[in-house]
Amino acid sequence: MNNAAGTLKRLLMLVKPQLPKMLLAFLCAAAGVGATLYCPVLAGRAIDAIIAPSQVNYADVKSALLILLPVIAALLVFGVLMSLITNKVCYRVVREMRVSLFAKICGVPIKTIDDIPAGEWMSRMVTDVDNVADGLLQGATQLFSGIVTILMTLVFMLTIDWVIALVVVALTPLSLILAAVIARGSRKMFSKQSLLQGSLGGYAEEMFGAQRVLVSCGAAKMAQDGMDKINGELKTWGFRAQIYASFTNPSTRFVNGLVYAAVAIAGGLSAVSGGMTIGAISCFLSYANQYTKPFNEVTGIMAQLQTAVMSAERIFALMDLQSESPDKALPAQEKGNGEVEFRHVSFRYVPERPMIEDFSLTVRAGMRVAIVGPTGCGKTTLINLLMRFYDVDSGAVLVDGVDIRDMKREELRSRFGMVLQETFLTTGTVAENIAFGRENASMEEIVAAAKAVHADGFIRQMDDGYDTLLLNNGEGLSQGQKQLICIARVMLLQPPMLILDEATSSIDTLTEHRVQRAFEKLMKGRTAFVVAHRLSTIQSSDLILVMRAGKIVESGTHHELLKAGGFYKTLYESQFD
Amino acid sequence: MKSLLPFLKPYRKELFIGPLFKWVEAFFELLVPLVVARLIDVGVKNGDASYVWRQGGIMVLLGLVGLCSSLCCQYMASKASQGFGTDLRGAIFRKVMSFSGAELDYFTAPSLVTRLTGDSYQVQQGVAMLIRMAVRAPFLVVGAVVMAMTIDMQLSLVFICVTPVLALIIWFVLFKNVPRYREVNKKLDRVSTITRENLLGARVVRAFSKEEEQERKLEAAAKEHERLSVGIGKLNALLSPLTSAVMNLGIAAIIWFGAGNVDTGSLTQGELIAFVNYMGQILLALIALVNLVLIFIKAAASGRRICEVLDTTPEVDSGRGESAEAADGIPAIEMRGVSMRYGRSGDNALDDISISVPRGETLGVIGGTGSGKSTLAGLIPRMYDVSGGEVLVNGLDVRAWDAEKLRQRIGLVPQSPTILSGTILSNVTLKKPDASEEDIKAAIEISQSADFVYSGENGIMREITAGGRNLSGGQRQRLTIARAIAAKPEILILDDSASALDMRTDKALRRALRERTRGMTVVIISQRVSAVEGADRILVLSGGKCAGYGTHGELMKNCAEYREIVKSQEAGENE
Ligand SMILES: Nc1ncnc2c1ncn2[C@@H]1O[C@H](COP(=O)(O)OP(=O)(O)OP(=O)(O)O)[C@@H](O)[C@H]1O
Ligand SMILES: Nc1ncnc2c1ncn2[C@@H]1O[C@H](COP(=O)(O)OP(=O)(O)OP(=O)(O)O)[C@@H](O)[C@H]1O
Ligand SMILES: [Mg+2]
Ligand SMILES: [Mg+2]
Repeated sequence: MNNAAGTLKRLLMLVKPQLPKMLLAFLCAAAGVGATLYCPVLAGRAIDAIIAPSQVNYADVKSALLILLPVIAALLVFGVLMSLITNKVCYRVVREMRVSLFAKICGVPIKTIDDIPAGEWMSRMVTDVDNVADGLLQGATQLFSGIVTILMTLVFMLTIDWVIALVVVALTPLSLILAAVIARGSRKMFSKQSLLQGSLGGYAEEMFGAQRVLVSCGAAKMAQDGMDKINGELKTWGFRAQIYASFTNPSTRFVNGLVYAAVAIAGGLSAVSGGMTIGAISCFLSYANQYTKPFNEVTGIMAQLQTAVMSAERIFALMDLQSESPDKALPAQEKGNGEVEFRHVSFRYVPERPMIEDFSLTVRAGMRVAIVGPTGCGKTTLINLLMRFYDVDSGAVLVDGVDIRDMKREELRSRFGMVLQETFLTTGTVAENIAFGRENASMEEIVAAAKAVHADGFIRQMDDGYDTLLLNNGEGLSQGQKQLICIARVMLLQPPMLILDEATSSIDTLTEHRVQRAFEKLMKGRTAFVVAHRLSTIQSSDLILVMRAGKIVESGTHHELLKAGGFYKTLYESQFD
Repeated sequence: MKSLLPFLKPYRKELFIGPLFKWVEAFFELLVPLVVARLIDVGVKNGDASYVWRQGGIMVLLGLVGLCSSLCCQYMASKASQGFGTDLRGAIFRKVMSFSGAELDYFTAPSLVTRLTGDSYQVQQGVAMLIRMAVRAPFLVVGAVVMAMTIDMQLSLVFICVTPVLALIIWFVLFKNVPRYREVNKKLDRVSTITRENLLGARVVRAFSKEEEQERKLEAAAKEHERLSVGIGKLNALLSPLTSAVMNLGIAAIIWFGAGNVDTGSLTQGELIAFVNYMGQILLALIALVNLVLIFIKAAASGRRICEVLDTTPEVDSGRGESAEAADGIPAIEMRGVSMRYGRSGDNALDDISISVPRGETLGVIGGTGSGKSTLAGLIPRMYDVSGGEVLVNGLDVRAWDAEKLRQRIGLVPQSPTILSGTILSNVTLKKPDASEEDIKAAIEISQSADFVYSGENGIMREITAGGRNLSGGQRQRLTIARAIAAKPEILILDDSASALDMRTDKALRRALRERTRGMTVVIISQRVSAVEGADRILVLSGGKCAGYGTHGELMKNCAEYREIVKSQEAGENE
């Protein structure tokens, strides 16, 4: 419960900027409720003037009804206003939650992104945010107008006949207790249900993403089994939650019926003994209805509220993830000519498994460094550290003599242009994708970059050429074509330093040669790091580092290394037989 | 929407009985004002206290009966709606699993996930409400009108005037908002697409310092979603207050005309009160109905999105259920004049390709970027259908094969590795969950994965995060090779599967494949001449056409393109 209270408090903080609007909505709700309640009073007054044949006071009826008209107008206006305002507030908060959740995605360390499945983020972003909006904001106004209705009716009733009013008040705890008991009982079911909803979304996210592989493996059935399992569990708990929650309404309605009967009896008895007019009974009865109805509603939204609080808890759990250390305040560093140094760097992805230990390396400006080594030896890891996707555990990485932790990330990254091992294209046109790093590039520049890497040919063959829309990470392109677009992206950027991690692994050798030439031109005078398995592409490097299990075992130029006859030589020769 | 009906069928009983109970409850609820009228007209007028008590007792009894039937109805509603929702989700999932690439591209994965979760939930709510309210609210309205008519025919004309006004209001909102919800859903899909992209492409986004731009992009999408949602809300906001206002005007009219009737003696005061009470009851029922309409609008929009998925016929069906065993003299893979085109427009990705691979032999495929190699690979396990010609496996057209059986026999290692969260073991046994321990071990050894699989503490039980993000590129690739081999397929297709491997590992992999997959028909797609030159036959592709087909020696003699590729690799290496 404490936890839920904390969550509610944070939600309030979130709504805080909207507080004036919320207050306005509450005022409208109060006014609307007042009007709604005043209607039966006026109707009762009119009826009191209609007693029996030739005992009808038309003037009284008329005056009561004439007041009724503006009251109805007020009811309409305030009702509409309240809905409009809550709607506005509600969707504003939805948007803000989505935006800040997304900012979190952009702000957490890459490690967090690697560790938390995408599906989890997605269900927070879509389902949970909706739940919060539905439950808390719309629930809040309903709750509020419910409470206002209850209080106002109580006052009205007390002014008409306080004895009967007390009868009504005495009976209300019944429905409250009932609702509380049901709410408590259903909490576990709701938390279980929303947990399962989340994992169903996450599971679907992963399986739909891997659908092609599942189908080609004939594993669709297996995926379906997994789905059926979660789905079946969701059915069980969803059923329990639903039935528990849906018992609230009939039960409170029954209690309401009791209250209504009690009022009728008490009113009837009081009228029999001459204490009350018949019009007053009629009025009282409709109050009893008005009074008990909000209990019905309040208990009805309990379920919604519970779901909302749980969703909010999960959203906040993600929001609480540690963001990367802020770097806005760091001073801008002078741009050097591209010296890079690893100084006694140690790093582990997981504490149990050493990855890089006491790694040192100095790269002079303008040098072309190739990193080779068996797969899994830590080449991409080095690049992860250089780009600050991960932070070193000890030691330091320096660029132009400055520890990269003393530099704005954006500044550091803007000095590098990189082609990653995995291709990634965004939803957008081919031209937009090539200009990803430099939005303001002209079409000529884009085409020139594409031509340099020999992508122009196939791009022009596509339906809309450079304006062809790419979806789902470049669906509709061959693997090599995707890679070429990623390379064109860097060509256009003309970055001060270059990182190529297996940039040409899926490209045919003829095209590769051409791309290679383009790179040669680009790399002239620029510091560059090249990871490649095709040794032909790195032979002309100034320095070749041979890595094994996170350590440099050899280094030198191609010829020096061949002469040394070590691991590089074995690697080199293995491509010939 | 029709496609949703079959899912309701198993719950016919609940769908029928549930509202029936609700109807019983509503019926008793309608009796209450009558009882109150009697209480006043008889009990109070005659000053009979015990009569008042008795009528009060009847009211409690009516409430009790109402409670019981209502509980029964809730039970039915929960059972039917949860069952319906579960069946529906299962069916959507199954349908998506039967999709081929084209449909998947059309819908996109994030949108399919929202349809599976959010939309199906909306529809499920709709069904629950249908049972709980759809009968009750209109019944209360009609019932109240009928009851009112029995009291005073003339006065009930007011009801008859009010009803069409309300119907018009509801219809108008429905008509306007249903299409708008579709737009809202589309915007939500966009929000999730952007989110997903930024999760999967986090490194690229950061490398290019695009965080702020992406945030702006998402904010724009979220704003658009907000704008449309608020737009819908504007109309919806009218619904409930307008209904209230109309009803209260109706009450005023009843009192006004009723006054005359009481004056002439054709109506008693108690009856007038009952009349007003009925109006009040109608009002409550209508407000419930209006909320119901709001839920239905949402459900209808969601239902249509789900139907889009369910009504889609995958381009590739599940085959005609046949299968064929490998036999001597029949090629394991054969292509006869195969052409293939993605979509309706554009050039052929493959053009008139004919090959024949005898059982146990190896086919090498080499060719430039975008020359159609992966397309060719995908045709064998029928990931796509040919546009012309035919593909035969064991002499049987793949379109005749039972698709699942066909795919079980073929191990396709795709060009970009896909790893699922779980363990190394669960990934290796994805294709064949009951693979024996030796087979798994052999697969890991052949794929050269032993070094990283057995080095860690947990060995083969090592946790893998979604997408295999805690593995290196080469490790992911080897794991997918192990996955294909562990299932001991008849045909193994390696689509550029050594691109992320170093030369030494690549060489060891090739040797292991040669030595330890005897009897397997192998298709090796590669950019490296060294990977294909040992194959029994090599297919050289160029722009989707066959530029050469033969052994390494033959091609060296009479295929200029092949010679050029070979030369480019030698030249590169001797530079
Ligand atoms: N996010 C991660 N969490 C835990 N371990 C990781 C993570 N990323 C990589 N590793 C492990 O670290 C080691 C080095 O990985 P890295 O990606 O640097 O290899 P690599 O040299 O680039 O290999 P390849 O040539 O296959 O791309 C591997 O054993 C890998 O399993
Ligand atoms: N899903 C798709 N929809 C439309 N066109 C596609 C699709 N997939 C591939 N193509 C096009 O078909 C052609 C052949 O693609 P394919 O993937 O077969 O090439 P590839 O030979 O495997 O190339 P790579 O060596 O780059 O992997 C390319 O021009 C590509 O743009
Ligand atoms: Mg790597
Ligand atoms: Mg390919």
